[in-house]
Amino acid sequence: MSNSLSGPLHDVAGDAGHEAHPPRMGFFTDTSVCIGCKACEVACKEWNLVPEDGLSLTGMSYDNTGALGASTWRHVAFVEQPIGRASRSTDLGMPGMGPPPDATPPAGPGQETESGEGGVRWLMSSDVCKHCTHAACLDVCPTGSLFRTEFGTVVVQEDICNGCGYCVPACPYGVIDIRPGDGRAFKCTLCYDRIGEGMTPACAQACPTESIQYGELDELRERAGRRLGELQEQGVDGARLYGADPDDGVGGDGAFFLLLDEPEVYGLPPDPVVTTRDLGSMWRHVGAAAGALVGLGVASFLGRRR
Amino acid sequence: MREQRMVPEASPDSYYGRPIIKEPTWKTPDVPLYLFLGGLAGASAVLAEGAAVTDRPDLERVARVAAGAGAALGTVALVHDLHRPERFLNMLRVLKPTSPLSVGSWILAPFSGLSAAAAASSVTGRLPRVGRLAGVGATVLGPPLATYTAALLANTAVPAWHEAHRELPFVFAGSGATAAGGFACLFTPLDQAGPARRMLAAGALVELAAAERLTGRLGLVGEPYGQGRPGRLMRTARVLTAVGGTAALVAGRRSRTVSVLAGAACVAASVLTRFGIFEAGTASARDPKYTVEPQRERLRARAAERARTLGR
Amino acid sequence: MAECHPVGFQWVMEAKRKGATIIHVDPRFTRTSAVADLHVPLRAGTDIAFLGGLVHHVLDNDLDFREYVVHYTNAAALVSEDFRDTEDLDGLFSGYDAEEQQYDPTTWQYENAPQSAAAGMRDPGQPGGPAASEEHEAARSEQAGSGGPTVPAKPDRDETLQHPRCVFQILKRHFARYTPELVAEVCGVSEEDFLRVAKALTENSGRERTSAFCYAVGWTHHSTGVQTIRTASILQTLLGNIGRPGGGILALRGHASIQGSTDIPTLFNILPGYIPMPHAAQHRSLEEFVAEDAGSTGFWGNMDAYTVSLLKAWWGDAATQDNDFRFDYLPRLTGHHGTYDTVVNQIEGRSPGYFVVGENPAVGSANGKMQRLGLANLEWLVVRDLTMVETATFWKDGPEIESGELSTEGIGTEVFFLPAASHVEKKGSFTNTQRMLQWRHQAVQPPGDARSDLQFYYELGQRIRARLAGSTDEMDRPLLDLTWDYPTEGPLGEPDAEAVLREINGWDGSGDALSSYTQLAKDGSTACGCWIYCGVYADETNQAARRKPHWEQSLVAPEWGWAWPANRRILYNRASADPDGKPWSERKKYVWWDAEQGKWTGDDVPDFVADRAPDHVPEEGAQGPDALGGRDPFIMQTDGKAWLYVPTGLADGPLPTFYEPVESPVRNAAHRPQRNPALEDVAEPANPLNPPESRVFPYVFTSYRLTEHHTAGGMSRTLPYLSELQPEMFCEVSPRLARERGLDHGGWATIVTSRSAIEARVMVTARMRSLRLGERWVEHVGLPYHWGANGLVTGDSVNDLVGIALDPNVHIQDKVGTCDIRPGRRPRGPALVDFVDDYRRRSGAHPAEEDDS
Ligand SMILES: Nc1nc2c(c(=O)[nH]1)N[C@H]1C(S)=C(S)[C@@H](COP(=O)(O)OP(=O)(O)OC[C@H]3O[C@@H](n4cnc5c(=O)[nH]c(N)nc54)[C@H](O)[C@@H]3O)O[C@H]1N2
Ligand SMILES: Nc1nc2c(c(=O)[nH]1)N[C@H]1C(S)=C(S)[C@@H](COP(=O)(O)OP(=O)(O)OC[C@H]3O[C@@H](n4cnc5c(=O)[nH]c(N)nc54)[C@H](O)[C@@H]3O)O[C@H]1N2
Ligand code: SF4
Ligand code: SF4
Ligand code: SF4
Ligand code: SF4
Ligand code: SF4
Ligand SMILES: [Mo]
Repeated sequence: MSNSLSGPLHDVAGDAGHEAHPPRMGFFTDTSVCIGCKACEVACKEWNLVPEDGLSLTGMSYDNTGALGASTWRHVAFVEQPIGRASRSTDLGMPGMGPPPDATPPAGPGQETESGEGGVRWLMSSDVCKHCTHAACLDVCPTGSLFRTEFGTVVVQEDICNGCGYCVPACPYGVIDIRPGDGRAFKCTLCYDRIGEGMTPACAQACPTESIQYGELDELRERAGRRLGELQEQGVDGARLYGADPDDGVGGDGAFFLLLDEPEVYGLPPDPVVTTRDLGSMWRHVGAAAGALVGLGVASFLGRRR
Repeated sequence: MREQRMVPEASPDSYYGRPIIKEPTWKTPDVPLYLFLGGLAGASAVLAEGAAVTDRPDLERVARVAAGAGAALGTVALVHDLHRPERFLNMLRVLKPTSPLSVGSWILAPFSGLSAAAAASSVTGRLPRVGRLAGVGATVLGPPLATYTAALLANTAVPAWHEAHRELPFVFAGSGATAAGGFACLFTPLDQAGPARRMLAAGALVELAAAERLTGRLGLVGEPYGQGRPGRLMRTARVLTAVGGTAALVAGRRSRTVSVLAGAACVAASVLTRFGIFEAGTASARDPKYTVEPQRERLRARAAERARTLGR
Repeated sequence: MAECHPVGFQWVMEAKRKGATIIHVDPRFTRTSAVADLHVPLRAGTDIAFLGGLVHHVLDNDLDFREYVVHYTNAAALVSEDFRDTEDLDGLFSGYDAEEQQYDPTTWQYENAPQSAAAGMRDPGQPGGPAASEEHEAARSEQAGSGGPTVPAKPDRDETLQHPRCVFQILKRHFARYTPELVAEVCGVSEEDFLRVAKALTENSGRERTSAFCYAVGWTHHSTGVQTIRTASILQTLLGNIGRPGGGILALRGHASIQGSTDIPTLFNILPGYIPMPHAAQHRSLEEFVAEDAGSTGFWGNMDAYTVSLLKAWWGDAATQDNDFRFDYLPRLTGHHGTYDTVVNQIEGRSPGYFVVGENPAVGSANGKMQRLGLANLEWLVVRDLTMVETATFWKDGPEIESGELSTEGIGTEVFFLPAASHVEKKGSFTNTQRMLQWRHQAVQPPGDARSDLQFYYELGQRIRARLAGSTDEMDRPLLDLTWDYPTEGPLGEPDAEAVLREINGWDGSGDALSSYTQLAKDGSTACGCWIYCGVYADETNQAARRKPHWEQSLVAPEWGWAWPANRRILYNRASADPDGKPWSERKKYVWWDAEQGKWTGDDVPDFVADRAPDHVPEEGAQGPDALGGRDPFIMQTDGKAWLYVPTGLADGPLPTFYEPVESPVRNAAHRPQRNPALEDVAEPANPLNPPESRVFPYVFTSYRLTEHHTAGGMSRTLPYLSELQPEMFCEVSPRLARERGLDHGGWATIVTSRSAIEARVMVTARMRSLRLGERWVEHVGLPYHWGANGLVTGDSVNDLVGIALDPNVHIQDKVGTCDIRPGRRPRGPALVDFVDDYRRRSGAHPAEEDDS
């Protein structure tokens, strides 16, 4: 139980008290083959009866979903980049990029490219709850509504959640959220009801290109390693795994990714850490401060009587 | 031309400027008020017990009421903040040390009961024994009640809160003491208010020192504490705290008016501090740079470290 | 392809994983480009120039697969002395009649091949018209069936390919001007990009390797659409990429079973299995009807058997040898009956009633105003649809009501809206792009009054027959004699779709299901609803319902579904073996001649006479399949060869030639004629066309689909999960165009043509490229065409902008046109009409002259 709060943890389900349990299941999302069809988003909503999440045009390329949330458990990001500015660059200087209000196209030449020169790259990536090895959402949930399943995944029990909202800012990936009007927290369940029946999660089932691969986490990690090798061999710029490393700040993700650029470009934190990694220090400081308050109280009564 | 339009390398990348983490869904004023009330109540319990021990019945009564009412109102604020208030009791289904809210609920619930009993007894004079016992219990729970809320905020991915997890408890302890002392000053006759003034002043000192250290240590992530609305709130609180604390120390002993004003300033300061801290946190959650930059920095440092060890 | 055929695209991604190079040629950078190895943006409507450039590159550098070309194509055939190419006649072929805007194809024939009206050209006075929005490859050329038109005799050949009048040399001369420089000038594609494509394609074609082309409406929706596909065919044939695994020209079809509804047609001009629809004046008897084909080479030689079996399926015992199998009961063509012809007829008051079933022309068909003017001039209109589509509500919320051009009170059309059951609420088959039928089971009962189309038509037939019962009028006989007796099932009394499939498959004299179309007889002993589907119910089993996973069978997976004809997965697969019947290479082994057993064998069902040896030479005068030699893989062609040159059957020339789209901002740099000389104009006041090179309409627009929506939107704008993904009509423009016109990302723009103006939110994106053609820039305005007035998300319809001028072969409209774009929303009410009028006046746009067409 030494690594219950952070660090590599091989047997997450066991750590959570599941005695004999199936292997840890998860997702490997290979964004290099994602075609942005959003079938995953729709399949997820269909299967899980997730409500519509707003009918507004964002101006963010073809992404009108915006982000993961209580009513969006899969979210496909669309990143437009001028070629050659792939990595680490920031504002892409492209008017097509920003949200509408301040997104007037900047004046001045430089955009027009003759056919053949320059060009653009369009990255697509389907994001989902990471089912962290060390899941902050679960750790902080005061009701036990969030729990660790026998598959090592993290699921909300809707009938217990009281909408305290603690899980929301706790998640280092900004995944889980409270659904307005309903008040409970929602997120991807990794299709707990399906995988329990030996079925594939709806999103992975719908993905036409096998960008979303579902399976035993250990096997997925191996597969991802091979795929990364392949891409690197082909000289694909910027390919990297994200969330695959059990030594990372959340002990590795149950749903990890192959990305083609820095994580933040896709709206992912570059080095997330489960907040409870610092829990010991927090409680120590809280204790010390409480002690200080006692001391302060005592001191206030020392000395003169008035 | 395009080069020039590029934001320089150092600024954070992000996905259309969208936040990376979710902004807390906690509502204002519920949650910052709760933070304040918890601090007030927790520190007041300590003050009350001191008063009881040192036989300052007026001070004791005021502080007991502050503790009891603070806890009661705090509970109301907390329940009101729940999106499913009817399920408040689900908080007590489990006790999870990893969840400050859970721990806090287990502190708040008994504290509320105890402090209410103590206050009731103190005000009515009935069941003094029981009241006293309850008071002792509340005193034990008071300081953690005042400080656990720091962990409540810090145990999130919100950069300005999480990164401040070492200082926040002290800020909260200090702020709680300032509030408790200040509140007592308002309603306690001068002759019994000495400890309240001293608590106020000491709390102010602790709070100011801890806050100073916080912003100093946090660097970029501390920025929201000094900017915009949270910055204004924090600055006003600081001034009020400093003025209130100094006034209480210097003239509070002599003038009831000064004492009351100083007390009021400190209560107000404590309220403002909690709002400031709360809003600084949400601001830091909203702007992706506070999430990305420090993480980037961390990665860079790690890479450099790796390169160094390899280089050797 | 990723946008519109994402499920099919998985195989492209799989190929990519295995090392395939993906090249995407599209004016826009799309989801497909995003995962392609190379995206080549080109000016919309210039694909013939681009592909022509590739043909030129292959011919000029001797990169063709010579052995394949000599033996399997008509490269060696000699063409008549009278033929004149565009090179000789300044951009026109011989036989052009400027007055009629039509070609007489007489001079295009092979040498010494006696002139005969080809099946596709049987009635020059009947250019026909398709159910246009649906059919991209239909109509006149379709009239010849799936095999191309008839050439009565095998042509003289020069196998050295040196004869100046052999097809190969004609081809070389014809494409000589399509140099990389011309490609750059016309398409805006840099020479480097062009050469990269040329290199990738040619290096990946030949004995060891094959390349495939995938296309859909980016190529077909043009007034030169057919010739674009022809150019691709020439290229693929020269490279030996047809009939071989990994090769082909794959038409990515549209709606889920649009292939099925071409096979068993919704088109006016063909009968099931591409048997041409008889013409009233010409085909008075069955004998007359089949005469031209009966005598010819190849499998169309058996058209009599297919037709008789069809008549038997429809009229059963009433169809006998004595009464010509009731050939006289078949409907006849008397002229144009395509969708746009119908609309003109409606507007001009000649067409009082209209069934609209599973279509939303008020949004989906070109020139929305004309569509609605037609609808408004009907007596009755029946709309069968899943949702309340704009075609059913045009009378209250059409744009013309808003603008005051029509008023609800003034519209006399009686509209019947009948809710239809969707694909999950009924069973049946889908035929996909690969000609594969896959059976669908019913998942749920239709809600409320919704009924399947099958049930609707079945019951409609029954009611009409009940009304006519006892009639002695000869006119009613065809209806009363129909075999109209399907078993019904389920709570709603649905006709059993499997019984329909079995009838389509056909049966023999004893009523047993047939297993192959080769069993069909012309003596009336067999019945078959669609000869190419014969075998889908072989062994009394629904073969389309087979779902054996691919890992339990061979690479070709013949036991998944059933593909016509004869469950063949690759057509003309005899070409996957060399002339001697040996695979071209071990890598590309597919079907070959097994000399020991004396038959063709391999992974797929051989598409050839099973025991015809590679060295077989047919007897002089042999007919039908017997006339095929052992080296004639293209068995549906009358000469057994792939046609590089089309001696007959096309309305606009035997070879593809680049002409500008009807509306274009630039002058044709390749040839003197600006637009397709054989173009079919639609002369209507509501159909003015923007003049070429108009300064008033300086930009190119092209329309397309988004993955998130479906066509005219009835099936997607009504669903929250899809609507939220693309909630608003938008247009895509390049940053340069945005600057030029002051368009703000996220703001509004108004797009104008001489038909109408619409508004859209602006997406400024570097995915839209500014193309340089010599001295000038060309900008595209990209328009997804899914929006209309109804549904959860609404918006202006792109088709209100689109004019109608048709490809003369299949009568499809141009997907591209010219427009202006300006910031801000469009005028409302009558002001819109004035706004567009002003543009029209300034540009000099006017409808085509009546006597043009
Ligand atoms: N999601 C979705 N899928 C669909 C449909 C749908 O509505 N939504 N519709 C179905 C139907 S009915 C059909 S017919 C198919 C159509 O499938 P596609 O033909 O793939 O559909 P489009 O998006 O209309 O056009 C394809 C591309 O052609 C490009 N284009 C436009 N003009 C030109 C040109 O002149 N030359 C070239 N080379 N490209 C050009 C457009 O930019 C666009 O990217 O899709 C089917 N699949
Ligand atoms: N500008 C522009 N215009 C175009 C195109 C383009 O690229 N650009 N593309 C063209 C092409 S390729 C096409 S195919 C057309 C499509 O244009 P349409 O065919 O007019 O449009 P759809 O929206 O596909 O209409 C099909 C309707 O059938 C209904 N439906 C679905 N299933 C059933 C059923 O089982 N029974 C019945 N009765 N109804 C059913 C749906 O609800 C839907 O409303 O648009 C054409 N128009
Ligand atoms: S990604 Fe966030 S919501 Fe998902 S398991 Fe991790 S902490 Fe919880
Ligand atoms: S909102 Fe629900 S799931 Fe989230 S922490 Fe609170 S009780 Fe747990
Ligand atoms: S696993 Fe299930 S719940 Fe999670 S995103 Fe996929 S479909 Fe939705
Ligand atoms: S379904 Fe697959 S390919 Fe489509 S957007 Fe989702 S991950 Fe990408
Ligand atoms: S909607 Fe249907 S037909 Fe279209 S890609 Fe998806 S599965 Fe295929
Ligand atoms: Mo289509």
